[in-house]
Amino acid sequence: MIDTNASPTALLSVRSVAKQFGKNAVLRDISLEVAEGEFLSVLGESGSGKTTLLRLIAGFEACTAGEIWMGGLRLDPLPPYKRSVNTVFQNYALFPHLSVFDNVAYGLRVRGTPAAEVKTSVEDALAKVKMSSYVQASPAKISGGQQQRVALARALVNRPKLLLLDEPLSALDANLRRQMQLELKILQREVGIAFVFVTHDQEEAMTVSDRIALLRAGELEQVATPQEIYRKPATAYVARFIGQSNLIHATVNAGIAESGGLRWPTADPDGSATYSLRPECIFATVVGAAPLNNSVCFGARVVNRIFQGAAELWQIESAGGLRLLVKTSAKNGSAEMEFAFLAEDLMRVKD
Amino acid sequence: MELRMNGSISGKSRWLTVHATLVFGFLYMPIVVLIIYSFNRDGVGGFPPQNLTLDWYRQLLQDSALWDSVVNSLIVALCAMAISIGLGLPAALALDRVSFPGKALFRRLVLLPLILPGIITGLSLLMLVVLMGLKLSLLTIILGHGTALIAVATTELFAGLQKADRAQEEASLDLGANYWQTFWRVTLPNLRLSIIGAGLLIFTLSMDEIAVSFFLIGRDNTLPLEIWSRLRRGMTPEINAVSTIIFVFSLAMIVIWYRLRVHGGEDVTDVVGTATEEIA
Amino acid sequence: MFSRAYKLAVSLPPMAWVFMFLLLPYGLLFLYSFWTVTPSQQIVHQWNIQNYGELLHVPVYLEVLLRSIRIALTVTLLSFLLGFPLAYIVSFHAGTRKDLLYQLVIIPLWVSYLVRAYAWKTILGSDGVFNTLLQYLHITNHPQGFLLYSPFAVVLTLTHIYTPFTFLPIYAAMEHIPRCLVEASQDLGATPRQTFWRVIVPLSIPGVIAGGTFSFVLSLGDFLAPLLVGGPSGIMISNIVVSLFGAAYNWPLGAAISICMMVLVIALLFATERLEKKWSFA
Repeated sequence: MIDTNASPTALLSVRSVAKQFGKNAVLRDISLEVAEGEFLSVLGESGSGKTTLLRLIAGFEACTAGEIWMGGLRLDPLPPYKRSVNTVFQNYALFPHLSVFDNVAYGLRVRGTPAAEVKTSVEDALAKVKMSSYVQASPAKISGGQQQRVALARALVNRPKLLLLDEPLSALDANLRRQMQLELKILQREVGIAFVFVTHDQEEAMTVSDRIALLRAGELEQVATPQEIYRKPATAYVARFIGQSNLIHATVNAGIAESGGLRWPTADPDGSATYSLRPECIFATVVGAAPLNNSVCFGARVVNRIFQGAAELWQIESAGGLRLLVKTSAKNGSAEMEFAFLAEDLMRVKD
Repeated sequence: MELRMNGSISGKSRWLTVHATLVFGFLYMPIVVLIIYSFNRDGVGGFPPQNLTLDWYRQLLQDSALWDSVVNSLIVALCAMAISIGLGLPAALALDRVSFPGKALFRRLVLLPLILPGIITGLSLLMLVVLMGLKLSLLTIILGHGTALIAVATTELFAGLQKADRAQEEASLDLGANYWQTFWRVTLPNLRLSIIGAGLLIFTLSMDEIAVSFFLIGRDNTLPLEIWSRLRRGMTPEINAVSTIIFVFSLAMIVIWYRLRVHGGEDVTDVVGTATEEIA
Repeated sequence: MFSRAYKLAVSLPPMAWVFMFLLLPYGLLFLYSFWTVTPSQQIVHQWNIQNYGELLHVPVYLEVLLRSIRIALTVTLLSFLLGFPLAYIVSFHAGTRKDLLYQLVIIPLWVSYLVRAYAWKTILGSDGVFNTLLQYLHITNHPQGFLLYSPFAVVLTLTHIYTPFTFLPIYAAMEHIPRCLVEASQDLGATPRQTFWRVIVPLSIPGVIAGGTFSFVLSLGDFLAPLLVGGPSGIMISNIVVSLFGAAYNWPLGAAISICMMVLVIALLFATERLEKKWSFA
């Protein structure tokens, strides 16, 4: 059956997929497309269903409803060993009784690949992940980060059309994690295979992805590029989940929104509305300087200053009782200061 | 084909189902036959069984010699439990926490009666008894069972200790309790399930024990030895009836044991597996 | 962390008991094996290795020992053939019934050994259930004598007894195999059959070794099954020992055989322990 519904560059097409475990509906009506060579992150809290979605694509679970298509053919009736999809597991799942070489060679061997080809392919794959000198090592004797690389090589050597990664970096410490994020990104560009990357860490998702799919309680909250998801969060949840945000509940009346004594012009209809404002969009104004166009100015008391290394996070309270977070690199400040932000930096979000 | 969440693979091959059925059949067929023929008027053999009756059970109820041996077995089993656990608990504690000279030897020595043919343990104890000039009696049997089954208690309790939270004992000491108080208030309650499990197992093993008892028996028979001596005289369905009752009783024990383990949150295969690994 | 008093209190009683009632008795056994017995049934404390010599030179002992080893090996092999696939089924294919199936395998273990061996006796005899069934179905005309009182009967009975024993460690080893390894194998393109041979089997080997050792050693030293269903041709080495302590009154010789068995078993345990370690990748 030829698939006529997918867009031309879509590699994987998830259509209205749902998954239920007994009475528990873990995934509800998920529709998603993954383009060729794309790095897509599936982001969400624990329990959001992101790992389940991955397992459906890999073939370890069956969909309760919906279909999954890949390359014009239906994927979901196929068992895992017939799908051109490989997985990097969260705890790496390296075979303890096989050496690093044999682990990486596994997929090739079960398919009957001739020995010479196996050797060159495995050596190539290990070189790509910088594990060439560990060829004969046993998985028990290498570190977590090294195991992770071997797991990557083991998956990639089979040249799958799609690579699934289930929180592969979550077991690593912070520094190694950051390093691996960059390496992963570069590797993905190099091999040109589409990656679907599951994580609960929004910073990680922002670092590596071409696009982010944010899952919340089994439903897709927003699917967009990192820039878009950050600057134009669709809902309050997205605004809170991605980065830090101030959520301002305002009342709109005849083109003016008002909250806690602050006012700004808006095109939104009358009624109540929630706005998201990123902390770095609020800045302390220099006393005596002229206010910028379209800026909202107000005075506030600095309640708390949290040192974060490159910048500081200030908790401020306006005269009208509005509590806001400000991210600033300003090192000096007094208890009472003047602040401002641009009206255009306010994003209307759904509650 | 799918891989379900609990790790099982569906779409099983028919051969596997056939194999499983055959093996279960093999394991249970003799027992089923035994039970059926306990109701057979005409004897333990012959097919098909006709003339079903409860007579053999009635005869059983009046068989005083048999009931005497049951009482003896119970006494022995309970005393064996006391000895095995009473010594197995300190042994497990010692193995878990203390390094002392001869520890490795001790560990293996303790496990020997389980893996060696029971008659060897029985024989050697007989020699000791003769040397000490003791008369053979229930007491010597209790000695034999207790010694042979210390290993069971030690292994179960050792496994239980390994699973227990060591930090709790440290907290107790930190809060001012001394070693004895810590033992009674913290260690023992944590081991409660292991102790009960070990007790059930020891009880069952003791009730069924023949090899060691064979050499240490005096005038009073235990149940298995009583059955054994009757067998030498000839087979009657009364023995089937006793066997059926033993089976039902064992069934009850294992269900209780299993429920205890599972509801205590322990992984049954872990406990049994550890025990068998230790032994082997 | 533990005081000296605690350590003493905890290690002394068991050690004392084990010394008194295990080490000493085994030691006595060892001593006895070097003594002899006079025709008038007195034990003479003369030190010699005559008993061990007798074992080697009198053919019947060696013959029975070899038969016992043969029977034990057969039982081990059969128990493995029955128990290994069963462990695989219960561990990987049982789904929601896993608990129940596991209990079903364990239950026979808890039922009296004597009861089970006795059951076989009633089944295999000339008037037994199996023979009369065959005649009832007109498959045979007269009782098959070889069923009972033969090594065959002993092997059958012992296999019945020790299959669950073999099952347990294999099952435990299989349960320890992380399921993600099975998923990883399938993810990489291996069919369930390939996964079985390449992943599950290698990782079950320690369990197989443990289970096999268990069955072999316990079968070898068994004395009840041969007594019940073995007949004269099914006698095993333990029966000889028992008779030497009974009617054939020769304690020293019996002790010598026992010591040989002990040495054999302990040596085997050491060997398989090494083997197990080599094959375990946790």
